[in-house]
Amino acid sequence: MKSRDEIAERLAASGYIADSELATAVSLMQLLKRPLLLEGEAGVGKTEVAKALAKMHTTELIRLQCYEGLDQSAALYEWNYQRQLLAIQAHRGEQAEGIEDQIFSEKYLLERPLLAAIRRHKAPVLLIDEIDRADDEFEAFLLELLSDFQVSIPELGTIAAVTIPHVILTSNGTRELSDALRRRCLYHYVDYPDVDREARIIMARIDGASTSLSLQIARMVEGIRKEELRKVPGVAETLDWAAALVGIDVRDLHDAPEIVHDTLMCLLKTHEDKSRVTREVTERLLGKVA
Amino acid sequence: MSCCGPGANYDEIDEVSRFVAGRLAAFLATLRDNGFAVGLHEGQDAASLMTSGYAAKPGLLRSAFKHLFSARKSDWEKFDGLFDAFWLGKRLRSRSTTMGSAKAANNPSLKSLPNNPGDPRAGGDSAMDQIPSADEAPEDRAGEGRMEGASTASNIAEIDFRKMTEPGQIEQAHAAAARLARIMRTRLTRRDLARRRGYRLDLRRTIHGNISHGGVPISLVKRQRKEKPLRLVILLDASGSMSMYTGVFLRFIHGVLDEFRQAEAFLFHTRLAHVSDAMKEKDAARALDRLSIMAQGAGGGTRIGESLQTFNRWHAARVIHSRTCVMIVSDGYETGDAMLLGREMAALSKRCRRIAWLNPMMAWEGYAPEAAGIKAALPHVDLYAPANTLNSLIALEPYLARL
Repeated sequence: MKSRDEIAERLAASGYIADSELATAVSLMQLLKRPLLLEGEAGVGKTEVAKALAKMHTTELIRLQCYEGLDQSAALYEWNYQRQLLAIQAHRGEQAEGIEDQIFSEKYLLERPLLAAIRRHKAPVLLIDEIDRADDEFEAFLLELLSDFQVSIPELGTIAAVTIPHVILTSNGTRELSDALRRRCLYHYVDYPDVDREARIIMARIDGASTSLSLQIARMVEGIRKEELRKVPGVAETLDWAAALVGIDVRDLHDAPEIVHDTLMCLLKTHEDKSRVTREVTERLLGKVA
Repeated sequence: MSCCGPGANYDEIDEVSRFVAGRLAAFLATLRDNGFAVGLHEGQDAASLMTSGYAAKPGLLRSAFKHLFSARKSDWEKFDGLFDAFWLGKRLRSRSTTMGSAKAANNPSLKSLPNNPGDPRAGGDSAMDQIPSADEAPEDRAGEGRMEGASTASNIAEIDFRKMTEPGQIEQAHAAAARLARIMRTRLTRRDLARRRGYRLDLRRTIHGNISHGGVPISLVKRQRKEKPLRLVILLDASGSMSMYTGVFLRFIHGVLDEFRQAEAFLFHTRLAHVSDAMKEKDAARALDRLSIMAQGAGGGTRIGESLQTFNRWHAARVIHSRTCVMIVSDGYETGDAMLLGREMAALSKRCRRIAWLNPMMAWEGYAPEAAGIKAALPHVDLYAPANTLNSLIALEPYLARL
């Protein structure tokens, strides 16, 4: 068990600037062996947490992207039917039992993310992304897996976990999750980073972004987030914009108000928002950026 | 700071002094009182956290407990306050929520009706969906074997809710509304199933299923169409001008929420309130009690536009999916900005499958949708229907079934 400052440092070394709350969450994950549920607006960097965690542990990241209609055969395991059929054809005329034993063996099993996650020798990070998009049935099934960490395959028997993976679930809140799943997990609400943290994120991710420019960009983005927008820009958008500005060789936002306004397309992703942030609005926001 | 080794052992709970354990139990009780879902397992984990290094600093322990006990954003936001109040003795503001408080009373109350002669049902825009008129509805249903209490229900079905005066009558109407909601739910589901047909061939499953035939595809497996169940979102106007109808509709909503697998309910007058949780109370009388406080904040005008804005901004993403019918029950007397209402209705209609606007006043003689609010809203409404009698509610069912 490491202290949370140490965890924050190691996450930073992996490219994720965490606040102390999140560092606590990560240390608790290890102490209590519980999954961590991350909720928050789209684009606040929920998925990045898992990536950084995998880097921190120098282990594999196994990702399960949820979608409507996701079922066990896409998430857990599936038999390789084509190969099974070929095997049957090839062994025609032999003892039926022998063939059966053969085609229902590991060799013909296709691992899907959940099964893969519990069969690694070094505990991987299992990212279950956008769990709110999956159906209720899948959620119930997942709950069972997360409490026992074992899978039963009728033809093979029960497969117990070799190692317990570090599980991170993310949700955008498009659907209410079940209480049972919420209780099973540690909970962390990821908010948009404050100016300081966002500036540090920019500096960590974008080569050539100076301290003063990063701070200016972070303040500008903070101002834009306060406008009435349909789609509030996330951290990824901020990074795009910072990369664009650095690429055009802008050193100071005040030197190039025109470029600032023209590159706002990196942040504003709907026509409505684009037309709402006029040149005047850009100038007003720039005025607030020291 | 040093912490215990990996795999905190629950035996360490013994080391927690009796006093701390007692305080912890009291804290858990406080959390439960505030709507946190805290189980035994969380309690054990909390105890093991207290024996580890986390208890060294209150800030650290608070952060750790926050992750452990919170399960949703609302928990997350109020946890710090509760923790500080309990462990550090800081004062916390009373947690009672204020709903459309007394100061709303300075809004002009709208009780008078514009008495416009002319077409009494001028709302029937041709662009809107049609439902069978209330007159033919009862016969339709007579043959379909709804036996329960038919004779008493039939009298009541025709009476305008506002003309029901005797407590007994009102009670009957409430019961009928609840039953109706139940029937609507079961019918819809059955139709759903009957209509569902598989279509394309599922090749993988077909091959798998025919392995026993050596791979010759004898029995075919079709891909199942997976349909989302219809979700109903009800927005009920609880303002003063609707007060004669609010009671019955609350009862109706209670029935719908109880029976629909997916339904959400909101109340609005000058503000919007999410009431699904309060309505899910099993006992109808208690649920209505909880709600009457919220509904009574009303009487000071209706801000439909603002309420819809709140809905679109904070709730729509969560409660609306592609098969959602939004049902607005309101008389459309907007005391706020009618332009805003029009804009928000347009935004809402882009999100959901259908908007049904039920207006209890529509069946009043001489009523025409002339109020600025309803005029602004109507272009975005798919179904504009009266809802002043039980029959008019029954007439909605086939419409919903077709969605």
